[in-house]
Amino acid sequence: MTAQEIVAILKERFGPRIKAEKLDAIDPYVVIEPADLVEVCRFLRDDPRLQFDMLNCISGVDYCEPDPAKAAKAGFEPHLEVVYHLSSFVKRHRFVVKLILPRWKDNKPGQLPEVPSVASIWRAADWHERETYDLVGVWFTGHPDLRRILLADDWEGHPLRKDYVFPLEYHGIRGR
Amino acid sequence: MGWLEGRFEEGVITTTLEQAINWARESSMWPMTFGLACCAIEMMATGASRYDIDRFGAGAFRATPRQADLMIVAGTVNYKMASRVRRLYNQMPEPKFVIAMGACTCGGGPYYKYGYNVVKGVDLIVPVDVYVAGCPPRPEALLEGLMRIQDKVRAMKYLTKGQPLENLIPARSGYVKLPPELETPEKANEFAKRNKERAAPAKA
Repeated sequence: MTAQEIVAILKERFGPRIKAEKLDAIDPYVVIEPADLVEVCRFLRDDPRLQFDMLNCISGVDYCEPDPAKAAKAGFEPHLEVVYHLSSFVKRHRFVVKLILPRWKDNKPGQLPEVPSVASIWRAADWHERETYDLVGVWFTGHPDLRRILLADDWEGHPLRKDYVFPLEYHGIRGR
Repeated sequence: MGWLEGRFEEGVITTTLEQAINWARESSMWPMTFGLACCAIEMMATGASRYDIDRFGAGAFRATPRQADLMIVAGTVNYKMASRVRRLYNQMPEPKFVIAMGACTCGGGPYYKYGYNVVKGVDLIVPVDVYVAGCPPRPEALLEGLMRIQDKVRAMKYLTKGQPLENLIPARSGYVKLPPELETPEKANEFAKRNKERAAPAKA
């Protein structure tokens, strides 16, 4: 099934809740609201025409230019994206769902933006969401066990954020 | 003449006890199985038949620090691993030696600038005797490092002059969380000296 047909099915079902689409990309995608994520994902998995039975990966992307001199030319407003790559073994097609989030919830630095967890739909989401939380700093509400997965439990900050400040010291070990 | 003082008839030689002990020690350096990253592959190659570290008496890779004399830190050490490296080092019996194998353990290597989770040199955690450079080093380089360790052992004056203490604290350490009796090098040397006196057999 082509991307056009998948988007048509999604639009038929959800209408204006599909915020944006891009079909000429290498991986065609739609953008939806975080609040609709669980419903859309369940539909993508369970609809007999789509049957997205596999979640390949969840990625967090930080759109941010920490250098103020370059920020004007960067071509984007600072924001976070969470990208869900889906594929279907049965139907042999692929699709991408994107969420656009603020970098901080309510614009308060330190308050992680929140996204509903899809671990109840695909079990693979469990570790992917932990990794996204660990490195990019997205809080997945409803996740069964949202802990850091790669870094130590007492780590501060989320290192793949563009404005991350490297630690000078960790438990007495010099950082540089 | 080397460490042989004299050789008389078949099978009778004289030497000093210290040299005999050092000879035995350098000829059976037991390394710890301690591969952390890609350098470990090279360390395994050194242990395997083509390079055969056993020719130098260091082929008995031990799975526990309690049986090892030599820690070959082979691979990137990250902050999560750092406390474990230090604990394993502390669990090794004296005298113990450390080879920092590869660029990452020597000073952070390719992760120096952007590795938020990589310790910039294992000498921030444990005292290092020999640095083997390379990314990863060739097996020959590791063998060379082992031979430098053996040189060090051969020069040890454990019985006559006591253990040298200057290596007790990591050389470029910023490790601040030491127990109070080890805070400064002077206190640490004092502590080690006291320990040694306590452990020494009572004079008859």
